[in-house]
Amino acid sequence: MRKVYISGVGMTKIGAHWNQSLRELFAEAAKKALDDSGNLTPEALIVGNMSAGELDNQANLGAYLASYIGLTGVAAFRVENACSSGGAAFHAGYLAVASGIYDIVLVGGVEKLTETPTAITTAALAEAADQEYEAYFGASFTTLNALVMRKYMEHYNVPYEKIANWPLLMHENAANNPYAQLPFKVSKETILKSPVIADPIRLFDCSPTGDGAAAVLLISEDKLNEISMDDRVVVAGVGMATDTLPLGHRESLLTLNASRIAAEKAYKMAKITPKDVNVVELHDAFSILGIISLEDLGFSKQGKGASDLENGKFSRDGEIAVNSSGGLKARGHPVGATGVYQIAEITLQLKNAAEKMQVDNAEVGLAHNVGGLGSAVSVTILKRER
Amino acid sequence: MKPKEDVGIYGWGGYIPRYRILSEEIARIWGDDKNRIISGLGIKEKAVAGPDEDTATLATEATLNALKRANIDKSYVGAVLIGSESPPYAVKATASTVAEAVGLPRHIIAADLEFACKAGTDAMISVIGLVGSGMIKYGIGIGADIAQGAPGDALEYSAAAGAAAYVIGPKSKDTVAYFEGVTAYVTDTPDFWRRPREKYPQHGEGFTGEPAYFRHIISAAKTLMEDLGLKPNDFNYAVFHQPNGKFPRRAAKKLGFNEDQIKFGLLTPRIGNTYAASTPLGLAAVLDMAKPGERILAVSFGSGAGSDAMSILVQDAIEEKRNLAPLIESYIKRRKVIDYGLYVKFRKKIDIIDYME
Amino acid sequence: MSVPRYWREIPHHFRLVGTVCKNCGEAFLPPVKKCQKCGSEDLEEKEFPRVGKVLTYSIVYAIPRGFKNQKPYPIALIELENGARIVAQLTDCDLTDIHTGMLVEAVFRRITSYGERGIIKYGYKFRPIMEEKPDQE
Repeated sequence: MRKVYISGVGMTKIGAHWNQSLRELFAEAAKKALDDSGNLTPEALIVGNMSAGELDNQANLGAYLASYIGLTGVAAFRVENACSSGGAAFHAGYLAVASGIYDIVLVGGVEKLTETPTAITTAALAEAADQEYEAYFGASFTTLNALVMRKYMEHYNVPYEKIANWPLLMHENAANNPYAQLPFKVSKETILKSPVIADPIRLFDCSPTGDGAAAVLLISEDKLNEISMDDRVVVAGVGMATDTLPLGHRESLLTLNASRIAAEKAYKMAKITPKDVNVVELHDAFSILGIISLEDLGFSKQGKGASDLENGKFSRDGEIAVNSSGGLKARGHPVGATGVYQIAEITLQLKNAAEKMQVDNAEVGLAHNVGGLGSAVSVTILKRER
Repeated sequence: MKPKEDVGIYGWGGYIPRYRILSEEIARIWGDDKNRIISGLGIKEKAVAGPDEDTATLATEATLNALKRANIDKSYVGAVLIGSESPPYAVKATASTVAEAVGLPRHIIAADLEFACKAGTDAMISVIGLVGSGMIKYGIGIGADIAQGAPGDALEYSAAAGAAAYVIGPKSKDTVAYFEGVTAYVTDTPDFWRRPREKYPQHGEGFTGEPAYFRHIISAAKTLMEDLGLKPNDFNYAVFHQPNGKFPRRAAKKLGFNEDQIKFGLLTPRIGNTYAASTPLGLAAVLDMAKPGERILAVSFGSGAGSDAMSILVQDAIEEKRNLAPLIESYIKRRKVIDYGLYVKFRKKIDIIDYME
Repeated sequence: MSVPRYWREIPHHFRLVGTVCKNCGEAFLPPVKKCQKCGSEDLEEKEFPRVGKVLTYSIVYAIPRGFKNQKPYPIALIELENGARIVAQLTDCDLTDIHTGMLVEAVFRRITSYGERGIIKYGYKFRPIMEEKPDQE
């Protein structure tokens, strides 16, 4: 397998973009990524998106977006893995270049969630769950995460006050992120008093719904040499795994097995251990997923995620900088695009171009993207190459 | 009337929803004198179905209870008939949903019946006919309703929810009781009715008394007793249709029955009028305690109008079957009082807009 | 939900029909084609026990469409007597009475219906096992 690099990234601010259609939003991110890469022309476009069919009535996204941004004719397709559509699209893009079939691939993610009534958007996002056996009974996606959260809290005796440190850190970080949907600090009290969405999950435990698009350009070593970049970011390891879709078929509610397996694969391929990682963008669709993912990715022992968080291990100047972008909670979670945002953010860190979010000495980064409640997980490890 | 071969009850079962609204709460909202209402109607509170309940779900639980007591091979059930004036669909039989939910075989006679509050006994008697003719082995007759009273109307105090089911088959040592005879009495008397697109029924107020309820109940009961050569003191229990706590007592008095005979089957003061389930549930409450050899009179009344009267003799098998399913008293005691706001929300007496288009 | 989709699930939603692995005994609802535990394809359909206990639960306030008049409602992960774990709504109980480990029994209830014209969807819910002693008011 040959090496694959990331040559350019592009992101839009996440929010309610009522003036921009799905393709306009995507075009904004794509253009940035291409400008950032010396204007190379991609041979393929792979885009992640979860809900355009449901909320925009638009299928056929590959051709739809390719032709809009002037790439008519290239190979193009959409990838869907619920909230890890972006990560899965990246995985596909990586395979495309690593295999040698393509040299330059534009990987993107785009999602619009703000234009339909809340109940309809909620139902669309619940499509990640089992329709006949979970959504059928009124279990929204948040509800399923709430089941996990209660189980975790009771099992490890972790009070809500400790879990609330998660959104606290996320908001603190997002204040430095020009693309974030919620770029402001919040007080612990605000979090503790926020309305209950699905007990015990409160408003501030949930990532917001927003529109956004992100794109990264994947490139072979030869092509990269042609535009001769200095600070290079190489894809060092990838891993993908799945778990049962019905929550009831899981062996344990305290861990996302798919995260563990995907991470193991990626670590192995990159020849590193969790200790070697400097910057992380992990999938905190809900506070509890953030905490469990710290453990699943090997940064905390089982049941210790909240304690380590409290002790500052994961702050921007801590041992490992987790979600310096603000994570899904405060940077935002335009579902199909999130995985690509994560890649873009890690890339900027490794290129020393993260500005106010910059973590010192960022050499190795990890992106973790989860679809459904851990039913499909993509883990990507990027390294800085001088 | 009686079938050529004797027919009996293999299992009985009832269901009453958990929620209750007090008459005094309804009176509070509408500015009625609560003491006049309670003493006048003889109803303290009524059973209210939850937002996830309808006639099909009520009927299903009652039927499951009846089947638990019956302890028969379900594959020999040949009919399921439901009497109700509140089926979930105007067209699509509740009987098919209940059959599916309790796991009945496919080759069954199934249909919904309507004759206001006597549809439950109509279902039972029709099943008696199917069994007595030898066409089927077992059949299930159900009375179930979630009655709706117009907001602020007198009927709002009594319109309640409940269901009762009877697994009926050829009389044997395994039947808990058998039917000695039945009689009906029907006239076209428009005392209470509802046109198809109306949400709530209309009624003739005082006209629902003598020309309707009393005339038909008394005629059916008297004729039955004459046909069977029985007198009121041959019966241990009398269950009359119970639209309120007063009418059944007056009917009893007119016919010569006393308070002790009717009190165990008179549930309305505590759960309201369960319409097509009214007489069947009263009968079920009596079966919950009746002893072998005792005799029960059950007379329903359906507006429009008619009465079915049945004489039932209890057998030995009742003792061992009684505790195989919850007693009616367990359901009556299982109660959660709600206020008028929740009542209106649960029963959708307001327009609930589910989501913005 | 389309009509055929609803209709297909009737035995499962109405009578808790799931699949049991004849090889190792593991039980699954929703049904599966291959046993997750031992890999056997020898699975048989069975009506599952109607009694179970609550493993974990949540009270839902932000509801999807179709559930407005039931809001707020509890959703639980329930372990049935045969080991199968299923997600279902709890009903007929005060929200404050719900606790992990609570014993519950299946009941047949109305799940939802879209507006006044579509079909009505029925299925299982669970309620606290009916006790001998009555509720307090």
